[in-house]
Amino acid sequence: MNIIVCAKQVVDVAEIKMDASTKKPILAGVPQKISDMDKNALEEAIKIKEKHGGKITIVTVGAPDAKERIKELLAMGADEGVLIHAPEHADYHVIAHLLAGAIKKIGAYDIILCGEASIDMFSSQMGPRLAGLLNIPQITYAQNLTAETSKILSERNLGEKAVSMESPYPVLLTVTKESNTPRLPSLMAILASSSKPIHEWPATGVTSENLVPKVKTLDIKGIPMQRKNIIYQEDLDASVTKLVDELGKIGVLR
Amino acid sequence: MVLVYSDDKKLTLELLNKAQELAKEMHKKVIAVCIGSEDAAKDYLAYGADTVIVAETTQQQFKAEEYTSILQTIMKDHGKEIVLIGSNKNGKELAARLAAKLDAGCVMDCMKVYLQDKKLTTERIVYSGNAIAVEQFTSSPQILTIPPKAFDPLPKNEHHTGEIIKKKIDPEPSPSKILKTQEMKSEGVNVEDATIIVSCGRGLKKKEDIKLVSDLADVLKGYTVGCSRPIAADLKWLSEDHWIGLSGHKVKPKLYIACGISGQIQHIAGMRDSGVIVAINKDPEALIFKSADYGIVGDLYEVLPKLTNAIKNKMG
Repeated sequence: MNIIVCAKQVVDVAEIKMDASTKKPILAGVPQKISDMDKNALEEAIKIKEKHGGKITIVTVGAPDAKERIKELLAMGADEGVLIHAPEHADYHVIAHLLAGAIKKIGAYDIILCGEASIDMFSSQMGPRLAGLLNIPQITYAQNLTAETSKILSERNLGEKAVSMESPYPVLLTVTKESNTPRLPSLMAILASSSKPIHEWPATGVTSENLVPKVKTLDIKGIPMQRKNIIYQEDLDASVTKLVDELGKIGVLR
Repeated sequence: MVLVYSDDKKLTLELLNKAQELAKEMHKKVIAVCIGSEDAAKDYLAYGADTVIVAETTQQQFKAEEYTSILQTIMKDHGKEIVLIGSNKNGKELAARLAAKLDAGCVMDCMKVYLQDKKLTTERIVYSGNAIAVEQFTSSPQILTIPPKAFDPLPKNEHHTGEIIKKKIDPEPSPSKILKTQEMKSEGVNVEDATIIVSCGRGLKKKEDIKLVSDLADVLKGYTVGCSRPIAADLKWLSEDHWIGLSGHKVKPKLYIACGISGQIQHIAGMRDSGVIVAINKDPEALIFKSADYGIVGDLYEVLPKLTNAIKNKMG
């Protein structure tokens, strides 16, 4: 099986601090990591490779320092990495075309795996968008999957419903955070991964199209959260009485 | 044309309000799309659509590949400018695939949609609930998804009429197959419509202790229990319909009581629009207090029985 895993380097959202005066997030200097669900996608890829053999290629569009993050994925069990240098102005349209171009350049593939969303933007857009460009079937929000020789079986988690699907290859799946627990690489695997190749391609190396974003970001603004922050921490009985009186007064106990 | 589609009728009615507002400003018409069944068509007219297109198709069940092709066929005949799609999981994968096919811009989960300098502009929550991205389309077609409850539907107007056009569309079948659809384990709870929610998190030591939370929810008449990610996704003490947060449900009750919830930003993203927020946590430094109107610092095992009792007395 030839498996492609799309991975994105993102800021670690749990480490974001707020600027007290502007209420905007401070993004400079926040540690970078591979988006969580992309590791779930790789874990599924490794399980498929363990069963059927084959090759796992990581494809990333990002800054040059994303190379360091790709190394972690090679240590987990991927065979090869491809890093396409992100153009200065990019949206989902641009990145999806770069991923599609890189995947075509890599050659034959059976399965493309993505995370259900990235933890920074949480759009859930890239996977199905890429499937559309490549004109292959898509199974999104997969909470489990079983790869057989000529087809894949998978269950989509739609919240109230689970939809069981099957598809021939090639197919693209996006996997949920609950689908598995990504493995931690052993020290041996980390050392061995240093000999695995990472190819760096310029954007012009994967597509001849002049890609212009269809959507531009005007601002990233803070979220005003005006709360009263009245905290009772004296005697418990007094606290409860005060709280209930207050809730009664503002009319939410009707 | 402003095209509106969701497989969820209620959500379509909410979308129609925003669609007719944009259409009015841009001197365009609103087209609502029904796929497979025409049951909702008349209502769509009464709630703001100028035209309803009913796609008569043999594809009864949703598959993104086929539904994308149906929408593409409709857009070929009726113009492709703005497409509003209901933001549930099917809607998002449909919008993304359609965007790929049309080489169009697409913004997911828009909480606000408006014209700025005559250009379609959107606001959505990013960075795990820490910020709002303001984005603007630079070309057409323009595809947006809108989550439930972002807009209210217009009042029903039986006098607002329009054309219902039936169209036979048979998209090329996708090579994938739907084998079966199962209801997920669910307790039939609808947190999104609840007026009062009592919610629990990792402060609970065992599954049976959820009773402390449901007892409080019982005396408050908006009886609904919610929870944070660990309780539903990891421990599975409650079904996922209780889960409130960025990847769970987004709620806006008039009163939200968070018991033993630390206040991770992902959870806050799901409940920040609540009217009044009360937090109970034994850690005075817990993040949840920053997002709360009222808080009690204390062990929920002591606080909850007392609070339940006090509210019971207060409400008679």
